[in-house]
Amino acid sequence: MSVTTAPDGIKEVGTPLSDADVVSLRAGDRVRITGVLYTARDAAHGRLFPLIERGEKLPIEVRGQIIYYTGPSPARPGDIVGSIGPTTGGRMDKFTPALLKLGLKGTIGKGARSEAVKEALKLYKAVYFGAIGGAGAVLSRFVKKLEIVAYADLGTEAIRRLEVENFPVMVINDCYGGDLYQDGMKAYAREDA
Amino acid sequence: MREIHVSAITDAVKKLCMEANLELEPDMLRAFDRALQRERSPAGKQVLQILKDNAEMARTKLIPYCQDTGFVVCFVELGQDVHVVGGGLDEAINEGVRQGYKEGYLRASIVRSPFDRVNTGDNTPAVIHVDIVPGATLGIMVMAKGGGCENRSKYKMLTPAEGLAGVKEWIIECVKTAGPDACPPLILGVGIGGTFEKAAILSKKALFRELGSPNPDPQLDALEKELLDRANRLGIGPQGYGGDTTAFGVHILTYPCHITSLPVAVTIECHAHRHKDVTL
Repeated sequence: MSVTTAPDGIKEVGTPLSDADVVSLRAGDRVRITGVLYTARDAAHGRLFPLIERGEKLPIEVRGQIIYYTGPSPARPGDIVGSIGPTTGGRMDKFTPALLKLGLKGTIGKGARSEAVKEALKLYKAVYFGAIGGAGAVLSRFVKKLEIVAYADLGTEAIRRLEVENFPVMVINDCYGGDLYQDGMKAYAREDA
Repeated sequence: MREIHVSAITDAVKKLCMEANLELEPDMLRAFDRALQRERSPAGKQVLQILKDNAEMARTKLIPYCQDTGFVVCFVELGQDVHVVGGGLDEAINEGVRQGYKEGYLRASIVRSPFDRVNTGDNTPAVIHVDIVPGATLGIMVMAKGGGCENRSKYKMLTPAEGLAGVKEWIIECVKTAGPDACPPLILGVGIGGTFEKAAILSKKALFRELGSPNPDPQLDALEKELLDRANRLGIGPQGYGGDTTAFGVHILTYPCHITSLPVAVTIECHAHRHKDVTL
């Protein structure tokens, strides 16, 4: 089991994730991830999806892994990466259930997911994390290594393998149907809005 | 007739693009501080503090505030006594974008066609709006417009019978549908009146007013404050984690309209509100 709770109350997760890890995460949990993340956004998903439909091998093994929806800005000389915050997860909704079926255990983005994705998180035991959108400079500091592993021609949209340490996220959607966005809004909405 | 060489325009645009992505304007930093004082949600407060830290890191470490370094939207106010020499105005602006995005290590986010989706590699072209105005100066306003929030921008043609009440409901509806996707705290640029395209352009231009400054029209100012208060009662909060700071501001511009029409356009802007301007 690779989920532990640190003295500051934040859960610490190592990759790859198992079902046992996923079931211990709840919407609203603050989490630090250490290990490997694969980046993929619109264009890379557009290439992965037909491969899945045809039952062909993907350029990355997704079982137990986490995909981070991001397209980083270029690194300055001497830096590992430029700015690297999340992009909107909802645009990947069309592709996500098929990846979860293959054993993908987590995605990181920002913004709401479809009902189909939330159902697939329950069915295949997986989790959707939120990173802070627009905090790309701060988030770059948690990336320790980066290499392009597929679709280099896509530039910022290529699939990159990141090694991260204590990468900060929140659990938005857990494998029980929990939804931080809905809970958070209910807690602070004022009736006369 | 005053002559301005295109190289001066290119240099100015290049500088504005780089600065916009690395240094948030003071009006944005003040908005973070104001929100931190009244936000009740611990998660929301934490987000606001991290965004402040992010702005500081962008400025000092020269890492863009957001990895989406935006579509360059450029409003030009060209004095009618100015003669641009040495080339075309649009190409001068695009060359500035090209140089700024390359030298500033900013992301290329523009594809050459909506269908084949091949990246142009240098973030060109910009979206350029030019107004001819009296005088002998050239004003350039640059915004690096993020895609995630732009995707939540909306337009609706209301009827005159729906009136002010209908306008208010529609704008609040836009905040709800933007939700956590558009990176709240948001800024709403609102264009009301004119035609289909006029309302949309006004909604962009409205975002250039200093955040926190009053609308010069007292009635619109009251409307902006009412809508901001309502938006912040929705509970969406910073990043949608729940809280009191769903929006930092609502900026409205209006224009006369046809007796049949009540067009309303809402540009959704995220907290990475990167705007700079210069007058040549």
